[in-house]
Amino acid sequence: MYRLVYLVFLLTLLSAASELEAPKTKLSDYGFFTGPMAQLQPAERVFPYEVNAPLFSDYAEKKRFLSLPAGASMGYRDSAAFDLPAGAVIIKNFIYTIDARHPEKGRRIVETRLLLRDAKGWKALEYIWNDEQTDATLDVAGASFPLNWVDEQGKKQQIQYVAPNLNQCKGCHSYDGQFVPIGVSARQLNRVEDGENQLVRWQRLGYLELPAAFDPALAPRLTDYRSELATAGAERSARAYLDANCGHCHNPHGPASTSGMFLDIYEQRPERLGVNKTPVAAGRGSGNRKFGLVPGKPEESILVYRMEHDDPGIRMPELGRQLEHREGVDLIKAWIRNMKTD
Amino acid sequence: MKILPTLLSLCLPALLWAQPDLEKQWQTQLILAEDGDVIEWPAGKVFFSNTLSLDGKKNITIKGAGEGKTILTFKNQTQGAEGLKITNAQNIVLQDFTIEDSKGDLIKTQQVEGLTFRRITARWTGKPSKNNGSYALYPVQCRRVRIEACTAIGASDAGIYVGQSDSVWVSQCTARHNVAGIEIENTTNAWVFNNTSTQNTGGILIFDLPDLPKKRGGHVRVWNNTVLKNNYRNFAPKGNIVGKVPPGTGVMVLATEDVEIFQNQILDNKTASTAIISYFITENPIKDTAYIPYPSAISIHDNVYSTGKRMPTWKSKLGFLFWLKFGRNVPHILYDGIQNPDYLAADGSVLPERRICVGPNTNGSFANLKADRKFKGISRDLAPYACPALGSSSKK
Repeated sequence: MYRLVYLVFLLTLLSAASELEAPKTKLSDYGFFTGPMAQLQPAERVFPYEVNAPLFSDYAEKKRFLSLPAGASMGYRDSAAFDLPAGAVIIKNFIYTIDARHPEKGRRIVETRLLLRDAKGWKALEYIWNDEQTDATLDVAGASFPLNWVDEQGKKQQIQYVAPNLNQCKGCHSYDGQFVPIGVSARQLNRVEDGENQLVRWQRLGYLELPAAFDPALAPRLTDYRSELATAGAERSARAYLDANCGHCHNPHGPASTSGMFLDIYEQRPERLGVNKTPVAAGRGSGNRKFGLVPGKPEESILVYRMEHDDPGIRMPELGRQLEHREGVDLIKAWIRNMKTD
Repeated sequence: MKILPTLLSLCLPALLWAQPDLEKQWQTQLILAEDGDVIEWPAGKVFFSNTLSLDGKKNITIKGAGEGKTILTFKNQTQGAEGLKITNAQNIVLQDFTIEDSKGDLIKTQQVEGLTFRRITARWTGKPSKNNGSYALYPVQCRRVRIEACTAIGASDAGIYVGQSDSVWVSQCTARHNVAGIEIENTTNAWVFNNTSTQNTGGILIFDLPDLPKKRGGHVRVWNNTVLKNNYRNFAPKGNIVGKVPPGTGVMVLATEDVEIFQNQILDNKTASTAIISYFITENPIKDTAYIPYPSAISIHDNVYSTGKRMPTWKSKLGFLFWLKFGRNVPHILYDGIQNPDYLAADGSVLPERRICVGPNTNGSFANLKADRKFKGISRDLAPYACPALGSSSKK
């Protein structure tokens, strides 16, 4: 009973405290989906999107959607996130397949994160799904609960799932201290889905305004490190991986600018990527290693140490990961191993 | 909106709630805080599993019931790299509580303009360990910072660490059993005064490091501090710059410009009571072309040093070198002697505004280590470092 009173109370405060329209208590209240919620069937002007280089989130599968208000469209930008109109919402669902070897056992939608655009800027909201998978409920301070699944090797995985609180959302979604989206960028969205380039399709449907003579082949595009490693090579795959998993903080305008280590796709200076760079405030995150990145020697690179570790004082990224991303670590190791040592 | 804390306390009978609910309640309060709020944390010990954070707020005061009374412990932390984290904020006051045992830093504040830490104990309990977090109090990229009457214990890097900030006071604080007691790094206009830094590996460090967004620190005044017996073993994880600080370091100036160290009691630090060194001593590579690895415009005067023997540590290359060169009587003030050629006038003398000035000090013996000549021909002559009119400090 306390919890209900508390929630209602919080909602009142939250709506009073912001200029936003009051956040809705239930995810279903927004009308993003039609039919049974768990099927995530998008309503009108809600459309799915897929990214080239996803952020690793403890092996969660993600279903992403954009919701645009009637008559409004997105503005294209070359390097920054797209310019989304007021009323736009970015919807990201976090999903675990209960047993990867037996898809028929179904899946569990755990969490839905919303980024809402209003006239003043961006705001994040968090919805946690119920066990019945009929709806999700607002949570501002970050929920935490145990979560199990069985992976493709038949190994039982268990984590204490932690949904970020609203401040933690901004821990990543920050550019010069302002809340910004990350994945809705040309380099992430410039890809073919269902036989057509997403950006071209959205222009055709009136969702996106592309510059005249836009050519997907010439526009920025991150390598899909999951599927293009063999064709694109370790360098391009690793840089795409780092851009998506680290670059949102580790860039000159992000929260990790303090470190002087920049891992966004635009960084070209080796020392900024960590090559023979001493750590600044890594503390025990250094793992007794001397440099961020030692060409040819992944086992001497702090970058790899922090990706492999699960201790919250050591691991990178700081948030949103408890498990080691083995495939990601392998990729970064391969990249470092093949780096010229000169 | 002053009613917010009252409302919260009415609606949330904290004592009836289990710890996870308490954690959530404290976090919610910070998320919903409004301009001008005073948030009062009651006495008691609260266990946190995740970082507690405040972002994007103005004019917030967070007040505990007192050090040792309101205790935030992160002993069971599983999420987040800090204990308390304050970001993108203005005019924040934190006071009167104890915070302990986080997995990373205890209190990190980033991009805060106007910030006070007052009467806060930030510590790792138990024996100092390399498994402790890096920094107890850690303002970075902040402006107008006051850290006063705080206590920092057990950091595996620096107890009080001010990084890439501007306009900073650190006063009446105590730093103990950290690798570095107080460290001012790539920070401008810092005043460090009336503090006690004791039983750390190094007492007070003034560092400028390469490869950082904020390029140049400097204009640092260090006075009236007690820098006593900083002879603790260095327990920093390797790779970190403080891992290179020899046990027995009192005050160390690394590659910073315009630093005045005066009227301090710098006592019983066995290896280097006061060291003025360039970045070359670290033997780390320098790739940052905008970085100036040399200290300049340093003034060390009116400090009191202890008499008696100073047997340097053998647990550092430098300490061992000092022992070889000086035996059990290491000079108090050590200058590596590596001179920036850009700071020389046509006649070969150091430009007046770039000089290293030493003295008068009480018991302040001196050596130019001639590190650029492989420590050969070490000079004990103070005459080249006597600067006129040092008595009038630039304290405002």
